[in-house]
Amino acid sequence: MKSWIAFWNILRKDIKNYYLKPPNISWGIIFPLSWSLMQFIRSPGADMSELLPGLIAMSVLFGTTSMLAVTITFERSGKSFERLLLAPISLSLLVLAKIAGTILFGIFNAFVPIILASFFIDLHAINWQVLLFAILMIAITSALTGLLVAVSAEQVFEAQTLSNFFRFPMLFLCGLFIPISSLPVFLRPVSFCLPLTYGTDILKSTITGDNMLSPLLSFGILLIFAAILFFICRHIINRKWIL
Amino acid sequence: MGIINVENLKKTYGNVVAVNDISFKIEKGEIFGFLGPNGAGKTSTINMMTGLSRPTEGAITVADIDVVKQTKKAQAIMGIVPDESNLYNEMDGFSNLCFCAALYGMRKKEREGKAYQLLEQFRLNDTGGRPFKAYSKGMRRKLTIAAALIHSPQILFLDEPTTGIDVESAGQIRDLIVRLKAEGTTVFLTTHYIEEAERICDRIAFIAKGRIIATGTVRQLMESVSHGYAVRLVTDKCIGNLSVELQNRFKVSVITSQSDHSLVMQSEQRIPLFPVLKFLHDRKIEVHEARELHPSLEDVFVKLTGIESCLMKKDKEKGDKR
Repeated sequence: MKSWIAFWNILRKDIKNYYLKPPNISWGIIFPLSWSLMQFIRSPGADMSELLPGLIAMSVLFGTTSMLAVTITFERSGKSFERLLLAPISLSLLVLAKIAGTILFGIFNAFVPIILASFFIDLHAINWQVLLFAILMIAITSALTGLLVAVSAEQVFEAQTLSNFFRFPMLFLCGLFIPISSLPVFLRPVSFCLPLTYGTDILKSTITGDNMLSPLLSFGILLIFAAILFFICRHIINRKWIL
Repeated sequence: MGIINVENLKKTYGNVVAVNDISFKIEKGEIFGFLGPNGAGKTSTINMMTGLSRPTEGAITVADIDVVKQTKKAQAIMGIVPDESNLYNEMDGFSNLCFCAALYGMRKKEREGKAYQLLEQFRLNDTGGRPFKAYSKGMRRKLTIAAALIHSPQILFLDEPTTGIDVESAGQIRDLIVRLKAEGTTVFLTTHYIEEAERICDRIAFIAKGRIIATGTVRQLMESVSHGYAVRLVTDKCIGNLSVELQNRFKVSVITSQSDHSLVMQSEQRIPLFPVLKFLHDRKIEVHEARELHPSLEDVFVKLTGIESCLMKKDKEKGDKR
């Protein structure tokens, strides 16, 4: 069977049905824009490049996790997800197709603060390949975290609540607002268990240069996170949804 | 070996046994009806057969493919219509069909051609561009069946296909099922409508409390409970004391009804009609109607399962309203 046809059509359907809807596009633009403006107003003298890694990471995190958990829970409650489970496509392909749309949406979100920043600071020094790969890895790990939320929730409101349960602690513990070295000792190990910590660190390495870890090591860790999250999600779908 | 073989299938949810050690086989091109009340285990069985749930015990093969071990391979030759329509509300009818075709790896030209063909076949071509959420219940059901047929499956699973829809749509769906059989498709149909099963199924299995009570053709099922013969006569007046005379003369048991001047004669042997008519005529009683009575499938179902069919319908209607 030509699996790529199924993959492409699931992705296209999700983009058309969910991500390209006006409220989501406006959310994708307004949310990162609001975060960016809020940061600029709060710290008028701050160097924009200092804020940029955090704004990119937040935009991707919120863009990906908010959408996937809700769309999957919505499809499950409407029984249309069952149609995908009944199709002759592997569960891995199904998971990949479902997260592909949200990854693209997350990447789109990341570019809002970048475009905004380009009006104020010189971005020529940025290594764009590293930046893009970092955005992609943050989007993948965040999308899979969103999927983990989706497989744990039964209702749309549960998915939204659970998403916030993951997202907000993650923001404060990944070194975006508070450097990890300034966190209480007992919280530091938690920071290193969060994929966003490594994604943010790579972004810092290419935008400001004040990273903690080697970008290569962070990429490696993010890949491991992505693989683990993928297999956990796949396993839970297999055990929980195919009763 | 049939095209579908189910052996010692069992499904438990915690302490609840939904399906309890059932076995049956279905031949290619057969319409097999699975008849039972709500909670009998029909949907649990269909879910296991289509790979949507795992059996606790037992084996299922379709076209020699093990459904449990090679679920995706088996699903490729199945068309599945669940009890609730599961298409996308925000997409139109045509896009829904094309999307379902894409899940089976069909290319754009092929899937669009098949989608147009099915919309026409189901008389939905005028509404193909309308969002699924704007469809009536009957139209939703028809489009869901069309979606299950988009890849021309060898086996079609239909879970309560005519429940809660208008008479015309239900009739169209039944006609379609019969046409599909003529084209060689094997149909597994669950229903709680006895008359529907009686009308279109080649063989029927009665299921109650997770167990198959009886399996066979309509005739076989009727013969399994029908012991003896019965004749119903409608006369111009009440036969009164003649019933005793009738019983003794023809070795039958007679049940009379005062209200409509009718009587039912039952016997282990075939009842010769002419001598009975002559007997009554000689006693100045005119017979207006005489016919041999056969048990209906409903009678058989009630006798075998102990469940009144009207209760089964009410049960389902309650479920639908919920």
